[in-house]
Amino acid sequence: MFNVSFRARRGARSRPRFTALAAAAALAVSAGAAACGTSGPAGGGAGGEIRAWTLQGDAVNKVERDGVTAFNKAAGAKVRLETFLNDPYKQKLQVAMGAPNAPDVFFNWGGGHLKQYVDARQVTDLTPEFTKDPAWLGSFLPVVMKTAQLGGRYYGVPERGMQPIVLFYNKDVFAAAGARPPKTWEELLRLVDTFKARKTTPFALAGSQGWTELMWLEYLLDRLGGPARFKAIADGTPGAWRDPAVVRALTMIRQLVDRGAFGTNFASVDYDVGGASTLFAQGKAAMHLMGSWEYATQLGQNPDFIKKKRMGWTAFPSVPGGTGDPRNIVGNPTNFYSVSAASKNKETAIRFLKEAMTSDAYLQGLISVGEVPAVKGLEPKLRGGPDADYTTFVYSMVGSAPEFTQSWDQALTPSVSQALLTNLQKFFLRQIGPEEFTAAMDKVK
Amino acid sequence: MTERPGALWAAPAIVYFAAFAVAPMVLVGYLSFTTWNGLGTPQWAGTANWARLADDATLPGSLRLSLILTVAAWCVQTPISLLLGVWAAGRGRGRAALSAVFFVPLLLSNAAVALLWQALLDPNFGLADLVGPLLAARDGNILGEPSRALAAVVLVVSWQFVPYHALLYQAATRQIPAALYDAAAIDGAGRVRQFLSITLPQLRHTVVSSTVMILVGSFTYFETILLMTGGGPGTSTRVLPLHMYLTGFSGFEMGYAGVLAVLLVAVGTTLSVVIVRATGYSRMRSTREGL
Repeated sequence: MFNVSFRARRGARSRPRFTALAAAAALAVSAGAAACGTSGPAGGGAGGEIRAWTLQGDAVNKVERDGVTAFNKAAGAKVRLETFLNDPYKQKLQVAMGAPNAPDVFFNWGGGHLKQYVDARQVTDLTPEFTKDPAWLGSFLPVVMKTAQLGGRYYGVPERGMQPIVLFYNKDVFAAAGARPPKTWEELLRLVDTFKARKTTPFALAGSQGWTELMWLEYLLDRLGGPARFKAIADGTPGAWRDPAVVRALTMIRQLVDRGAFGTNFASVDYDVGGASTLFAQGKAAMHLMGSWEYATQLGQNPDFIKKKRMGWTAFPSVPGGTGDPRNIVGNPTNFYSVSAASKNKETAIRFLKEAMTSDAYLQGLISVGEVPAVKGLEPKLRGGPDADYTTFVYSMVGSAPEFTQSWDQALTPSVSQALLTNLQKFFLRQIGPEEFTAAMDKVK
Repeated sequence: MTERPGALWAAPAIVYFAAFAVAPMVLVGYLSFTTWNGLGTPQWAGTANWARLADDATLPGSLRLSLILTVAAWCVQTPISLLLGVWAAGRGRGRAALSAVFFVPLLLSNAAVALLWQALLDPNFGLADLVGPLLAARDGNILGEPSRALAAVVLVVSWQFVPYHALLYQAATRQIPAALYDAAAIDGAGRVRQFLSITLPQLRHTVVSSTVMILVGSFTYFETILLMTGGGPGTSTRVLPLHMYLTGFSGFEMGYAGVLAVLLVAVGTTLSVVIVRATGYSRMRSTREGL
């Protein structure tokens, strides 16, 4: 069960190929939906019903459904949960929001994804509610709430767990080499040589998929120049890609590639068919930089690796001379629930977010399926839950992070992300250098 | 001369072609002059998308890859499917059983084919140890190395489509009158001579049909490539139709994707017209005159 919910969201990341296919299917459907949009059901708040849209995921849907049932009973409301497959969800939502059958409450990723709806004035501003009830806002981790904050106003409430990118390491391989997990960039470079000398690939990398390579650039740019550098890129500031810190980060990646930190055949390795994770679990690779869902992936694919406690985890190392706080993290802060501006039952919808999303039973439920909710003071609950070592690590990692930068491919527009991932693959293949990369990205609109 | 059939007979085909080929093409033509992210209403953009063709750094490479893929696919598929088809046309239980096996790839979905080969070509856990050295890749780096990835794509796509063309050749071979072979045998012609002097000339129209299908098909095909390599590594297998698809459905730039689609239609049509003209296929001369 643990595994299912995590895997579902791994899909919610960017898997270009499958997303592309699903998107095509979704588009075919949505074109039809758009055509009959005006004649569709008046939907919305008919009969005081509140429709809440969320992503499919067996384990987590059960928790969500229980939360809805409990709220409906307590408040005498009629909240109805509707679930959707991962990949077509974004398109489906985009069409529905402009049509009369928009959901009252909708699942989103915050950041760039939520912004387009906010810009179109389709989302209820929750700031007045938070002002009225500061304790409600205060119950969430502030670093995660930043992702739901646009133009100084809040538009969402955390709904599921957090997914920072973590540096995983194989304890057996480290013990055999007498090595310790790297705390600084120099240590990391030294480890590359250590493991290479032992004929072990230092880092597993599923380089057939650009988003795995992107994690390196995301962390290095943040360590070198702090989150402001990417913010400039996301805001479309002219010349942001040509920032010297971006070039520096790319140069460091190039050093790693040249040193053989990822082996020679990484571009053939795929994450979705399990290549990178298995390589790492079998000790053919010493480390793996991956989203926190790697834990669940390993639990599904190589259960012994987890059960025998052979997988270790640590934060991305600090970089000498970098101005970014080494406690900063990148990844997927969390998923949010937002209330659509067109909802006819806004008050109840907001009450639903307020009472159901932070209820003890709901949080306990999330924890029981392996999610780490973005709520303050959860440590005692996490300790009592499954895989406590790991969940408390993720929790404290996010809790102590001054900034949590959203994965770039989620934060940027689709056409820019697509160009980014392609150019990054070329860069890792050494087909283009740092300057060519930044020049190419500079041109993309 | 017999009277030609009335226009009514062509109506179903015309309606079908209009609804599923002409109408979408017209729409794509319109889209190529707009800005549209797939949702909302397309905004008129004039010739901005067309002007972008000149700036598209990926386009020349995509076009080149498409041409390589098309030519390579023909060179691989035609001899194999011709020989396989002629062989399968012979009688015998063994042949029938083996033919059935050879046709299996034809029954698999694109997605199954792509995922199967992706798993088989995994450098660490797949058949890379066996296949790798053949392609000079001792570390199994096949899908991750630009030229090997392209070679792998050609071979997998060929593996997928050879059965179809073999089926065409098999059927056509069985149509060849046995009398021709009997006469040749009396004249002392061996198997090779029979193949070259009877089978091959008799299959002329089939060769042309199959060639047109392979060339136009390879030039516009991308599903297996999308799932197997996603056009990667980098843009090493990003053929023109895949470039169009990714621009439209990953980048959500429907306008520019429309431009690429129009380009594909134009090249594809030209290709098939030229082949049909050049081979004299359009004159529909019988291969059995005088029989």
